[in-house]
Amino acid sequence: MSDRLFGLIVLIGSVAYFMAAANIPTGFLVDPVGPKVFPRIVAGVAALCALLIILNPDEEPTWPRGGVWLNLAIALAVLVAYAYTLKPLGFLIPTAVAAGVLSYQIQARLVAAIVTGLALSGGLFIIFKFALGLSLFPVPRSWMG
Amino acid sequence: METFSLLAQGFAVALTPTTLMLAVAGCIIGTMVGALPGLGPSNGVAILIPLAFSLGLDATEALILMTSVYYGAMYGGRISSILLNIPGDEPALMTTLDGYPMAKAGRASDALVLSGVASFVGAMLATVGLMLLAPMLARVAYLFGPSEYFALYLLAFSTLGGIASNNQRKAALAACIGLAIAMIGLDNSTGMSRFTGGNLHLMDGVDFLVAIVGLFAVSEVFIFIESHGKSSAIGVKLESITVPVKDIIRCTGTMLRSTIIGFIAGILPGAGASLGSFLAYMAEKSFVRDNSGFGKGDPRGVAAPEAGNNAAAGGALVPMLTLGVPGSGTTAVLLALLMTLNITPGPLLFTERPEVVWGLMAALLIANIVLLILNVPMVRIFVKVLSVPPRILLPGVCMVSFVGIYSLSGSYFDLVLMILFGLLGYFLRKLSVPTVPIILGILLGNHMEDSLRRAMVLSGGDWKYLFQSGIAIGFWVAAVVGFVAPVFLRRFIKKPQAHAD
Repeated sequence: MSDRLFGLIVLIGSVAYFMAAANIPTGFLVDPVGPKVFPRIVAGVAALCALLIILNPDEEPTWPRGGVWLNLAIALAVLVAYAYTLKPLGFLIPTAVAAGVLSYQIQARLVAAIVTGLALSGGLFIIFKFALGLSLFPVPRSWMG
Repeated sequence: METFSLLAQGFAVALTPTTLMLAVAGCIIGTMVGALPGLGPSNGVAILIPLAFSLGLDATEALILMTSVYYGAMYGGRISSILLNIPGDEPALMTTLDGYPMAKAGRASDALVLSGVASFVGAMLATVGLMLLAPMLARVAYLFGPSEYFALYLLAFSTLGGIASNNQRKAALAACIGLAIAMIGLDNSTGMSRFTGGNLHLMDGVDFLVAIVGLFAVSEVFIFIESHGKSSAIGVKLESITVPVKDIIRCTGTMLRSTIIGFIAGILPGAGASLGSFLAYMAEKSFVRDNSGFGKGDPRGVAAPEAGNNAAAGGALVPMLTLGVPGSGTTAVLLALLMTLNITPGPLLFTERPEVVWGLMAALLIANIVLLILNVPMVRIFVKVLSVPPRILLPGVCMVSFVGIYSLSGSYFDLVLMILFGLLGYFLRKLSVPTVPIILGILLGNHMEDSLRRAMVLSGGDWKYLFQSGIAIGFWVAAVVGFVAPVFLRRFIKKPQAHAD
């Protein structure tokens, strides 16, 4: 079932990709192949593979159960939040929070997760800043005056 | 003779204090990367690339650091195979078959030393093979025109999809996904934007490092969250390290045979180290007369895959350096490094930048000796690394990836794209769609299209031109055979799975 659904998504995607190739503007210097042909070949092969996958799917993979999906969703949200806070909030705080939450999602041990977060944040900052010389700000710039 | 003088120049580059230090550091990091389950050689090298840039290394130095990590990871993979029955990286899977039973029988140190020596033999001879073969192949590569390159790229995808995967449909699809992603951005010859959806960030195309780190490193975090990082306590005790001279002498033939097989497997574009260790093990098993001990802790079953694996790692550098076609996932990452350093691999690299090529080769010889020291007398240190639990390791890997990509581009867009690739990687791995063809597709997509278009310009649009030279026809035939033959062979050669404890 998963394979069939995956195949269907890819099939729709490759048809869309094939159609989108029509919108590529061709320049003045046109070579015999042009910018549209190769993407269309790729989309065609992808569609063929998707059809074969739909017709001949593999065994169903074991998907995680309810609670684990929540763990994964939390991890995803934390990573996106981390991506956006890394610059404005400085390195230390977002890294400690993100590493701690991720650690907790992998193994639900609260104290260990907090320690992991703090230690990784501090340790990595020292490595990045002093061993590798990256220009990282430890805390929000407004705090540093 | 020419080789020697070039190699002497190489040693002049490799023996400067900075380079030497980088090689040693690379070996240490690499062995750790290899030993840790959950941190394979490809994602280890991938997350280190951005950091190598921030160190401000020049091309030769960066390349030496990263290839030392690559070689080191190939050595290190065996440690957790033998002690935990968990392959530290994919090529080390075959080492679990006899390594773990041997360790359980109280011969953990013998297995570690023997496999370390086998790794050394494989890697050393393969490096020598690389030095002899690469310049020759580079000369042949001058004969390659666009139609030959197009067929060669196709060959790389088809051997990767055919031999190295279990499902051709999915491997081919993965390659298409990669190629489709590579098309995003400005078209090389017309300069018009393609598939960007008007997004300015996508005009430059998708940075392959972002894709690699996302698909390999970030997706690993999701995989470990799902498995809740089942802790891997060391199952067997490691007594004092002694050298099993008898076993090493008995396995000399095994190591040499496996090295040859592994090296050839490594040279095949798209096949790589996993195939090398697999073929070496299977060949050795059918070669020796008394193979009843295989799978139960036969020393030859430990030496064969390790020699094969490390020889293949060296062999995989041959097509990567001479043709720009990587032989495995990790060499694909190394190719990404070269491209980011603005070095174009290929025959011109050998004539125009000999100091890069020969400095690298000399550094690999040095790295091998360093690795032998690290992996035999000092192996205890790396055994300790195994006790780092996933709940510390994976968040750490993830944070390093973020900072690495951020320091490279400084854009939120790339970080979010990396997370999306991580999510994609997670679902693809659940559906057993291989991710290495995607990387290869992203790396080679534009070259592949360019060579097709250039071939068509030369021939004025005649498609028959693609099949006009003998070399090109050879590649096409090899590509078809490499893709189709495994379907029939699979019935006879079954990949042994790691056995349950």
